[in-house]
Amino acid sequence: MNYQTLERKTLAKKAVSKGLTYALLSLWALLVLFPFYWMILSSVKSYSAYNGESVPSLITLHPTIENYFSAFADVALDRYLLNTLFFSVVTTGLMLVVTVLAAFGFSRLSFKGRDLAFTLFLALMMIPSELVVITNFVTITKMDLRNTFMGLILPSVTSVFYIYLLKENFSQIPDELYWAAKADGTSDMKYLFKVMVPICKPTLITITILKIIECWNSYVWPRLITDDSNFYLVSNGIQEIREHGFGRENIPAMMAAVVVISLPLILLFLVFRKKIMEGVARGGTKG
Amino acid sequence: MEKQNLKGWLYLLPAILFLGAFMVYPLIDVLIYSFEEGYNSASQTAFGTGIFNYSYVLRDPYFLQALKNTVLLVAITVPVSTGIALLISLGLNSIQKLRNLYQTIFFLPYVTNTLAVGMVFMILFKKTPYSDGLINLLISWFGGSTVDFIEGPYWAKMFVMCVYTIWVVMPFKVLVLTGALASVREDFYNAARIDGASKGRMFRRITLPMISPSMFYLVITGFIGAFKAYSDAVALFGTDLNAAGMNTLVGYIYDMLYGNSGGYPSYASAAAIILFAIVLTITVINLLISRKHVHYA
Repeated sequence: MNYQTLERKTLAKKAVSKGLTYALLSLWALLVLFPFYWMILSSVKSYSAYNGESVPSLITLHPTIENYFSAFADVALDRYLLNTLFFSVVTTGLMLVVTVLAAFGFSRLSFKGRDLAFTLFLALMMIPSELVVITNFVTITKMDLRNTFMGLILPSVTSVFYIYLLKENFSQIPDELYWAAKADGTSDMKYLFKVMVPICKPTLITITILKIIECWNSYVWPRLITDDSNFYLVSNGIQEIREHGFGRENIPAMMAAVVVISLPLILLFLVFRKKIMEGVARGGTKG
Repeated sequence: MEKQNLKGWLYLLPAILFLGAFMVYPLIDVLIYSFEEGYNSASQTAFGTGIFNYSYVLRDPYFLQALKNTVLLVAITVPVSTGIALLISLGLNSIQKLRNLYQTIFFLPYVTNTLAVGMVFMILFKKTPYSDGLINLLISWFGGSTVDFIEGPYWAKMFVMCVYTIWVVMPFKVLVLTGALASVREDFYNAARIDGASKGRMFRRITLPMISPSMFYLVITGFIGAFKAYSDAVALFGTDLNAAGMNTLVGYIYDMLYGNSGGYPSYASAAAIILFAIVLTITVINLLISRKHVHYA
């Protein structure tokens, strides 16, 4: 065996393994994308065409957008979307205020009991939400806050993990900056919002987006706390549509609703892809 | 100094208020609930205290069904999804072209609404009077006999549940593992190549030990996540999971609390604490095992 055949053999081997790798990756990509394709495809098939197919067809030659109109007309999809938007924005906003203040206290100020308090905060990260949901349900019911935005939002605000994440980031800002600002007579609040917040903007953006995703997809708490469809979020709306809306047979309209609900997050993801993936890698859940 | 102390606590105050009201207090309360017998939420009275709630829950056939479903789901999806994620991440790490595109696609399920996409899975697997659905079509092409995966036999329902769970958890696992693989230093491989090590040997002796902390992290979060499965089941089988025989532990807790079979916060609390005890035990066992096998650089 001479050198050239040896080299050719190695190259061939490499090409084969490369081909297999791409085949595997493409197969998985197909499996990931297919449900999305199917949902879009079904949403543009007309009702009669969809139900006429005893063998589902993989393409449609007569796409229609009528399903989107009926999705909005037959169920209060616009209402669910607005509710979810409002819920996500207010919850995330409150979360940001609480998180920034607490992270500042933990990282910048020194006071009695701080380290103990921080340890206790960290310990709370281990508590599964399933354990506290029961009492929260009773509390909110007693406070007569069922079917209100207050009841939806209040228990959803705090995330210990985000406080931890931001505290770590705040701690990286050199102390000299703080003392210099102090010497110039800057108040703590002003220092926090004019110096620390802008420096840590990337982390803040990351936690904002992660929280919005969490809010947009939340299902369990809203389901417990709302039974008036005026306060449904999209997840509950979807479930409602499935069990009562459209008549159970109108799958195309159902799929149109699913597309409308999924689209905002997918767009958000495509815009902030890097930030979201970094944030999740640093400590996302859902695994 | 006094003033400094007060100021520090003031900054923490909002967080403490929220956490106190919606995390610390409920935590204590749920323990109390779980030992109060015959608690009535209307009159807010209980007969007495004891372990009746626990023994009731542990003998409830719905709970046992939920336990069986959840354990099966965990036992199947955790190893399978971690294995596939490792394969995919190894693949991703060995290519340059299109890598970003693949990574973006693989991450998509993470940002989708579990309920919404679950409906698509339901439609793909469901058998209706006028159509057998796409998956059954594929099965019959390959000569198999069709089956209703959504309202059919138990194994079929379990199968869809596992498939959907794996689909949902994969993005997180692939993300963590590609990160871990990318951080293994190239010199180790170069040194091994000079010594003439085979690919399999390099994988076992370098790659696996180097990524073992991440693998271990994924196994733990995988166990915890799968034990808390719920909304995927709702997406596939609807809200009445007990009737479908596909309830999960978390589903059992919520059904006890609310809905048609609800109104029993004491039973729900006992079940929640049992769930927590199971998850804690498994995490501790995992930690003990990992001491032997995980290599922390």
